[in-house]
Amino acid sequence: MLARWQFGITTVYHFFFVPLTIGLSALIAILQTMWLRTGDERHLRSVKFFGKLFLINFALGVATGIVQEFQFGMDWSAYSRFVGDIFGAPLAIEGLLAFFLESTFLGLWIFGWGRLPERIHLACIWLVSIGTMLSAYFILAANAWMQHPVGYRIDQATNRAILTDFFAVLTNSTAVIAFFHTLTLAFLYAGMLLVGVSAWHMARGRFTDVLRPSLRLGLWASIVATAGLLVTGDIDAKIMTSQQPMKMAAAEALYTTSKPASFSLFTIGSLNGGKEVFSVRVPGVLSFLATGSFSGKVDGINDVQALEASQYGPGSYKPVIPVTYWSFRLMIGFGLLAGLIALLGLWWTRRGRIPERRWFWRVCTWSIALPILASSFGWIFTEMGRQPWAVYGVLTTRQGVSLVSAGEVLTSLIVLTALYGVLAVVEVGLMLKYAKAGPPEIEPPSAPSDGTEPRLSFAY
Amino acid sequence: MSLNEFWFVIIAVLWCGYFVLEGFDFGVGILLPVLARDDTERRVLINTVGPVWDGNEVWLLVAGGATFAAFPMWYATLFSGFYLPLLLILVALIIRAVAFEYRGKRPEAAWRRRWDWCITAGSAVPALLWGVAFGNIVRGVPIDAHQHYTGGFFKLLNPYALLGGLTTLSVFTLHGAVFLALKTTGDIRDRARALAGRLVVIAIVVAGSFLAWTEIHHGKAAGATLALIAAAGLVAALVANLRGREGWAFLGTAVAIVAATTTLFVTLYPNVMPSTTSAAYSLTIHNASSSHYTLQIMSVVAVIFTPLVLLYQGWTYWVFRKRIGVTDIPADAAPTSVGGAA
Repeated sequence: MLARWQFGITTVYHFFFVPLTIGLSALIAILQTMWLRTGDERHLRSVKFFGKLFLINFALGVATGIVQEFQFGMDWSAYSRFVGDIFGAPLAIEGLLAFFLESTFLGLWIFGWGRLPERIHLACIWLVSIGTMLSAYFILAANAWMQHPVGYRIDQATNRAILTDFFAVLTNSTAVIAFFHTLTLAFLYAGMLLVGVSAWHMARGRFTDVLRPSLRLGLWASIVATAGLLVTGDIDAKIMTSQQPMKMAAAEALYTTSKPASFSLFTIGSLNGGKEVFSVRVPGVLSFLATGSFSGKVDGINDVQALEASQYGPGSYKPVIPVTYWSFRLMIGFGLLAGLIALLGLWWTRRGRIPERRWFWRVCTWSIALPILASSFGWIFTEMGRQPWAVYGVLTTRQGVSLVSAGEVLTSLIVLTALYGVLAVVEVGLMLKYAKAGPPEIEPPSAPSDGTEPRLSFAY
Repeated sequence: MSLNEFWFVIIAVLWCGYFVLEGFDFGVGILLPVLARDDTERRVLINTVGPVWDGNEVWLLVAGGATFAAFPMWYATLFSGFYLPLLLILVALIIRAVAFEYRGKRPEAAWRRRWDWCITAGSAVPALLWGVAFGNIVRGVPIDAHQHYTGGFFKLLNPYALLGGLTTLSVFTLHGAVFLALKTTGDIRDRARALAGRLVVIAIVVAGSFLAWTEIHHGKAAGATLALIAAAGLVAALVANLRGREGWAFLGTAVAIVAATTTLFVTLYPNVMPSTTSAAYSLTIHNASSSHYTLQIMSVVAVIFTPLVLLYQGWTYWVFRKRIGVTDIPADAAPTSVGGAA
């Protein structure tokens, strides 16, 4: 139980930083490309400005990433033994292909200003961006295998899962769709950060000229991303319905199989299978989400439970329904709200307009939180919705934990949570400080007159 | 060479790479309060490793990932067995990573002092604990028939393993001093060299006794040869440092680290974690490994991408090959002085 809490806390926390790293590196690469193409100094200032925010965020993403890799062995050693043949490979490949790429070229990008030729320096940030995306792909392939195991067999003698088809693991439909869903989410994250930070300055009439391109880039990225999230989310829902019927039923707290099935915006009372007190329902929508037809049949929790009990033996195969129900709604709700705000923003800033509505800028600034909330609830939904399974239909979470003492896990849970809490405060403080400082002036390259070497253009 | 042996070698290579590279940036972190006299000098020290420390740390992540992929039982037993030391290492690496990035982000002296302390502690703790961990792996720990570690935390603090910890601590500190002498100019360079001259004596004594103990108890001919090479590397570093040949001194400490790490792996082979409970329960490159198919796939990936990684990481060191000194450090980049670089 403690190990679950630890994994949940560290993973959700880690994922605060990851999408911003993925999305922001790409948007910064785009801004820097725009600068090299046009020579417009506003873009360079934006690159340096958002570059700083990116680095503050990246530090925590990396630091918490190490925990992610270590805790499989520390807390989930039985799981690691069982699935290591399959699960370890994407992790190792992620390190070799992605982590080296992003960390090495990020070092080159940070310290390479004025020292590398401009085009090579630009290539560095693009390589960082590619590295972050590769990283996402491999770790999601590993996660997708837990949601929908493919390309393996169970070795009876050792009772371990053995890899039989690595290509199948990498091309797992769950992995591919989760990758695109996460990638589009990353752009919503980063887009809303650009929007929110720019809006903060717009509301005060500062840097309006410099930040306008970033604002528009952020708005466009957010809208395209929201559209992408809807499409990939929709495909994901259908894949999920066929691969993990329990999760779809749990998303709606649908106890009895229905055809067509309605989607409730919210419900009071019936989440534990009891009598419904009050709910607002849209007919047929759950059928559409799950099957693509408004009249499709969606299996209810009770039927899936009966089916799984006959397949895997007696026991409860239900996740915690109120958690899955609400996290599913909050994910969609916060995501849609972000997209809606971006759409409004794009309309009001069309053709060079800068609206006077201060309340709108304030909303934009607070909207930075929306994608963070949406994605956190998304992960809570997909991981909690898989329970009691660690690997769906193969290994339960209970079977996966280490034989370490509760005291040890409790120690690490407390230490890591406290440390993460402190670091979150520091990170947010720094982000605010730098975001409020605004884009820096660009100093003309200081050509030293006395023939000595120029100073470093960047230093810690 | 079988695939199991090949992956044992790969993991040994990854640890060698990790210790050689992160070894010097641990050393720089440990020496931060000793060698630097003011904030500008501290920034010189930190900036010698600034562009590369993160890439160096990835060697650890890849070593961990490769162990998980190629020897999942080893990964599972090691990481769950050495739970608290690994937690300490994790916490240290986290605060160190954040400290590098955040210390310069505010101008206040108290803020920087706090993060400097994090850099130093975050470097010293892993430098010590990696040696303790490897000492225990080589020495053997209680492991039962189900490959579970049964020793608890205090079993890990035995004299041999602690000497191993002092070995990595002293050698990495020396490695950092030699690196700083090679990468800085002016006063700091002189001080780093003088300090390296003293540290190398400590390192020879500590590492020498650890390797001798290793050979006496677990010795093999190949291991003894490697241990002698490690000792020779340290002596070469001593001589080169005296003569002011900083490049050669760094090569000497690097060779010593590779040779000493290889000694440990050679001593282990074919075990990966010997059991002191019963030799029959020891984890070996065979009973701890993944399936042949997984090892094949991993081999293909490793053979293609490792040279590429070495190439571009090597290029980074080439790009940042220049020495730096106090005159290279730009004005403060914290927001109070608006206009600093990115």
